[in-house]
Amino acid sequence: MTVLNDEQRALRDAVRELAEAKIAPRAAEIDASGEFPHDIVELLAQHDILALPFPVEYGGLGGDMVSILVVIEEISRVDASCGLIPAVQELGSLALLHAGTEDQKKRWVPDLAQGKILSAFALTEAGAGSDAASARTTAKRDGDGWILNGEKRFISQGDVANIVAVFAVTDSSAEAVKDKRHMTCFYVEKGTAGFSSPRVEHKMGIRGSTTAELAFQNASVSDANRVGEVGDGWMLAMKTFERSRPGIGAQAVGIAQGATDIAVKYAGQRKQFGKPIGAHQMIGAMLADMATRTEAARQLLWTAAEHIEKDDPHAQRWASMCKLFAGDTAMAVTTDAVQVLGGYGYTTEYPVERMMRDAKITQLYEGTQQIQRLIIARDLLASL
Amino acid sequence: MNIVVLLKAVPVVGTERLDSNFMTDRTVQLEANGNDEYLLEKALKLTEAHGGEVVTLTVGPAGAMEPIRKALAMGTARAVQVTDDALRGSDMRATLDVLAAALKKMEPWDLVFAGADTSDGQGGVLGAALAVRLNLPYLSYASEIEPTDSGGVRIHRFNSTGYDILEAPTPAVVMGTQLLGAPRYPSLRGIMQARAKQVETCTLADLGLAPETVGADAATTKTLDSAKPPERAGATFVREAPDEAVAKVVEFLSSRRLI
Repeated sequence: MTVLNDEQRALRDAVRELAEAKIAPRAAEIDASGEFPHDIVELLAQHDILALPFPVEYGGLGGDMVSILVVIEEISRVDASCGLIPAVQELGSLALLHAGTEDQKKRWVPDLAQGKILSAFALTEAGAGSDAASARTTAKRDGDGWILNGEKRFISQGDVANIVAVFAVTDSSAEAVKDKRHMTCFYVEKGTAGFSSPRVEHKMGIRGSTTAELAFQNASVSDANRVGEVGDGWMLAMKTFERSRPGIGAQAVGIAQGATDIAVKYAGQRKQFGKPIGAHQMIGAMLADMATRTEAARQLLWTAAEHIEKDDPHAQRWASMCKLFAGDTAMAVTTDAVQVLGGYGYTTEYPVERMMRDAKITQLYEGTQQIQRLIIARDLLASL
Repeated sequence: MNIVVLLKAVPVVGTERLDSNFMTDRTVQLEANGNDEYLLEKALKLTEAHGGEVVTLTVGPAGAMEPIRKALAMGTARAVQVTDDALRGSDMRATLDVLAAALKKMEPWDLVFAGADTSDGQGGVLGAALAVRLNLPYLSYASEIEPTDSGGVRIHRFNSTGYDILEAPTPAVVMGTQLLGAPRYPSLRGIMQARAKQVETCTLADLGLAPETVGADAATTKTLDSAKPPERAGATFVREAPDEAVAKVVEFLSSRRLI
């Protein structure tokens, strides 16, 4: 995969035009207020952007993975918080799409595709970050249903989501933990008694995307909300990452491209020592590296998407590789963009300082860069 | 109500350049002519409200496919593109022959919509000339278009005191303005559905036109020379807060005796 087909280009152009006209002017305000942009959700729903990853039979568009990545990239190019909206909508829905029953899909997917409801994905806990398997939120059988207890933390859009994919321990025996059969996935609906979102984090970046703490205090959840078999939770979470990590890679590529575009424009206009600063070799070389790294990250992302979509046995490695490279690229490129803009870049007069803050999260969530390297290395060694 | 919208593919505004024969270079990226898009939007709204379909008609090279596809994504039912190497350098008379022949072939339709002018050609007479050629009523500078109960068409046309209301039976040719409203963004669903829609490509032969009657050699007018406007002096940017900015602008203008 090196170039987009006609349809993918048309999708990219349409989303770029929309993002520049309607989202870019809101970006600084969203960042400053730290409020979740419900108006942008509405905009994305209106233009069927949220429908893209969902199957046609449930009102979605059945878009291929590269199309989905291109859309996330284009929105993130102007606002990484907003770029996360379609990414999280897919992230929270993947377990349902993968293992949901016909009834469960009919119940939620059409509304998810239309953007009438939002979803979230809740695996991480305060004491279970990179070591997600050590989660302690439990689900215990209670008659026909389940009782959930525990807390989840750092859940993107957890407070605004109408349904949350919650991964809870249903069998804490040593054997189940060893076999990674200890967790089960439940779709918990907003308004469920005993389920609340007590607080949101104050963050350095992606400030328009709320990051919530979720609390379960004897929350009663029907068995009809259990997605997948009992004990399938961990497998479903890992399956989810195969598709969601490239989404974060796309967010990172978008941030890097947005910062590169601004740096190039600035370097072409700002004059020092009698010529545009881009004509000074030291700045020119920085721009060249920024553009090259960003394009390389994008190409790896699209290649990874092709492998993952074909159910490549190394899908997890591909997902980790593209997220790792794109996240590091976004961090490096945005740091350089601030450097190119100098003192101006450090102020809120230009968006590159926001992009630099936003970029950092792509090295942290959906598995830190260290966890990605661990997965890649394990997969490489496993083939010996 | 079936509407044909004349859609011209023009170089992306701001990137236009002329070739050595002073002809617009159409090998660059093309987009839909801005003034045509207002009519396209209105046509889509009318058919959404009253039924019928919108078909675009484009005379242009291969690069025109991108704006045609965008129109399909916005909601047109199908598209007709007349493309032929012999058309290069055609003047307005030849373009008119081609459009008239294509419209004959596309019958039946109720309305033909034309933009006020194009960002590259700027002739601004095509809609009127087409109405004359097809012997149809011509309603110009429409700021509103609506069907009448008797199957005709009614428009509003702005004038110095308000607006006139004009009515004509169909078929008719309507030329409209940007007051019709901004074009929509294509939705992703529209883009993905567009791939199943048909773009009918015609050549001059398909329309029964002889190649020697069109193109640069048959043009009745010829561009002898072309010159760029003189470079303008550097702009002065006023970035101060409103009160201060007003004072600066006033000072700038009064120092040049402009106010």
